[in-house]
Parts: sequence; structure tokens; C-alpha cells
Amino acid sequence: MINKKELKETALGGIINNPVFVLVLGTCPTIAKSDTVSNGIGLGLATAFVLICSNLFISLLRKIIPDKVRLPAYIVIIATFVTIVQLFVAKFLPDLNASIGAFIPLIVVNCIILGRAEAFASKNDVLSSVIDGVSMGLGFTLSLVLMGAIRQGLAAIGLTIFQATAGGFIVFGLLMALFNYVLYKADGHKRRVLFENGGEDR
Amino acid sequence: MSLTLLLSVVISGVITNNIVLVQSLGICPFLGVSKKLDSGLGMGLAVTFVLVISSLVCYILYYFVLVPLDYVYLQTIVFILIIAVLVQLLDIVLKKVSPSLYNSLGVYLALITTNCAVLGTANNVISYGYDILTTVVHAVSVGLGFTLALLIMGGIRERMEISRIPKFFKGLPIALITAGIMAMAFSGLGGLTF
Repeated sequence: MINKKELKETALGGIINNPVFVLVLGTCPTIAKSDTVSNGIGLGLATAFVLICSNLFISLLRKIIPDKVRLPAYIVIIATFVTIVQLFVAKFLPDLNASIGAFIPLIVVNCIILGRAEAFASKNDVLSSVIDGVSMGLGFTLSLVLMGAIRQGLAAIGLTIFQATAGGFIVFGLLMALFNYVLYKADGHKRRVLFENGGEDR
Repeated sequence: MSLTLLLSVVISGVITNNIVLVQSLGICPFLGVSKKLDSGLGMGLAVTFVLVISSLVCYILYYFVLVPLDYVYLQTIVFILIIAVLVQLLDIVLKKVSPSLYNSLGVYLALITTNCAVLGTANNVISYGYDILTTVVHAVSVGLGFTLALLIMGGIRERMEISRIPKFFKGLPIALITAGIMAMAFSGLGGLTF
């Protein structure tokens, strides 16, 4: 069992180590489907569900899965939950399916999920893995909603380019520069190395 | 299949529906491996190769195994497993057959499994309802579009090394903004009709 401090750190991981702006994982769905707030919430929650479930099962099976075949095993677990989400959304949320349907199967190759499986769930107990999944999933959703709000707002005042892919790239770049600035001011020494590498050695 | 239709598939795959800059798939390798021109070319060609073979194999399996057996809902699991197996096979075969090519691609090969451009194209081909020839042409042109985006980005970033960039924009932020401007140029060509 982990102590309280570690639990708190894990729970805040989604903000401090935000998967999108700090770890720079899962950029493709971030840029493609943060064009509106509702798309962001839909894809964010779908990804969070898969992340929580895959973290739970990978953590449960971490002592059984042989090291050599762990990646294929993780991918099968993740793909199973993605299929569940895909079937659920297609059946019960037809509107959402029309707007983000093409990106739901691509949750399988979202690096956040495989990254958390490899870096966290395969090494930690079930409870903290689930907490990590919830925190990272909500962190991802929050980033998508933030970008969605900015892009939808800019499009509403006539700058429709911001809802296209081009706008996604630009808003993402500007927000990342802002995060660099804020994190640098907050704890300059810890982040300096990361920041001087331009965030590219991950 | 008429020639003009094939040509429009090529143009849309390479330029107007560019997989990276218009559909925003495969951005991780696009940002990660575009620091230099040569590595960009290597990654682009490796992805093109895997893309063509995987969408062809996925296409055949989908229409000749999954549809007759009524297991269409297994599409995602089957496709990702095919891609993972293919990348692993390619790794083994290239190591044996052409060590020089393997050494130049080696680093990127393993990454291709989690490149969403590959799974995305395999899924798109099914949802567009292409026939087998169009599938291959589409996959080749998507791969070339990916390579083109990587090459342009590589060239720009090689020059950006020596230019003065605001402190907090160094690295990824400026690369993303550059990509945004490139994306505007590519989507500006979206009005091309045949």
C-alpha cells in the first residue's frame, strides 16, 4: 500500500504532469477533436474510460503477463475496451458518433494509454493505478475542453480558421508556450532542463 | 476504375487530404522525427511501406474473413494486431535481408505500430468503401503525403536551428505553429476539383 503523499501526487498527476501540455502525449486526437467543447468532452471521457479500465486490468495482471509479450498483451486489453466504447457510442450516442466516430478506434494507438500502462500500471498496485487513470483521463479531458473553448470562441467571432486543423496546431503551440512560461516561473530549477531541451526528449 | 478517379485519389491523399496537416493523424512522429531531413525521409518511407502492406492485409481480412463470419465488430482488435505483427515481421525480415536499410530505419520501425496514421488509413479505406486497387493507390499516396509533410517540416526546422526564437517558444511550440501555417497552405489547396 502506498502512503498518503504518493497517493496525493498520483491524484494531482493529471494537472502537474498534464498528459497533453507537459508530457506531450496523444497529440493527434488533441488537435483533431478539440474543435468544439462538446467533441472535446466526448473524446476526452471516452479516452478516460479506456485509460481507467486498462490501468485497472493491467495492474491486476501485472504479475501474470510475461515481460516479453507485455506490449501485445497491453494492446489486446486496450483494444477490448476501445471496442466496448465504440459499440456503446454507436448504439446510444448517434450524434457523438457522427462527429468523433472516426477517432474512437484510434484511442487504441493513443500514446497516453500505452504510456501509462508501461510507466505506471505495470509497476503499481490496483488502487493507485485506478487513481492514476482517473487523474490522467480527467487531465486529458480538461486539456481538450480548454482548447475546444478557445477554438470555438475564436470561431464564434469569425476566425473560422481556428476550427480547422491549422488552428488546432497554432492554439496548441501557443498554449504549450504559455505552459512552459508558467511552469518555468513556478519551479524554474526543476523544469529548466526539460524546458531547455524544448520538451523533445520524451 | 477510371484514371481520373485514381488521379483524384492520389491528389487528395498527397495534398488536399494530407494525413498529417489536414486530417491531423500521425502527429507524434511528425513532430518527433522531423528535426533533420534524412531521418524524416527514412521515417516517411518506412511508414509508407507499412501503410501499404497493412491496409492491403487489413482490407483482405476484413472482406474475406470478418464480413463472411459476421465478426465486423472485432475490426479494431484485428487491425491493431495485424499492424503490430506486420511491424514485427518487417523488423525480422529487414534485419536478415537488408541490414543496411534496417540500420537506417531500425529506430523508427518499432514506433510505427503506434502511429495512428497506419490504423487510421486502414479504417478509412473500409469506411470509404474502396475497392482493392483504390485501396493500394490510396495507401501509397497517404504515405507519400506523410513523407512530404515530414520533409518540408525537416527542411524548415533545420533552418530554424540557426534563427532566433523567443525563449518560451523554443522546440515544440514553434514547431506546432509552423505546422499550423503549413496546414493553412495545404487546406488552401482544398478547392482543387476535377
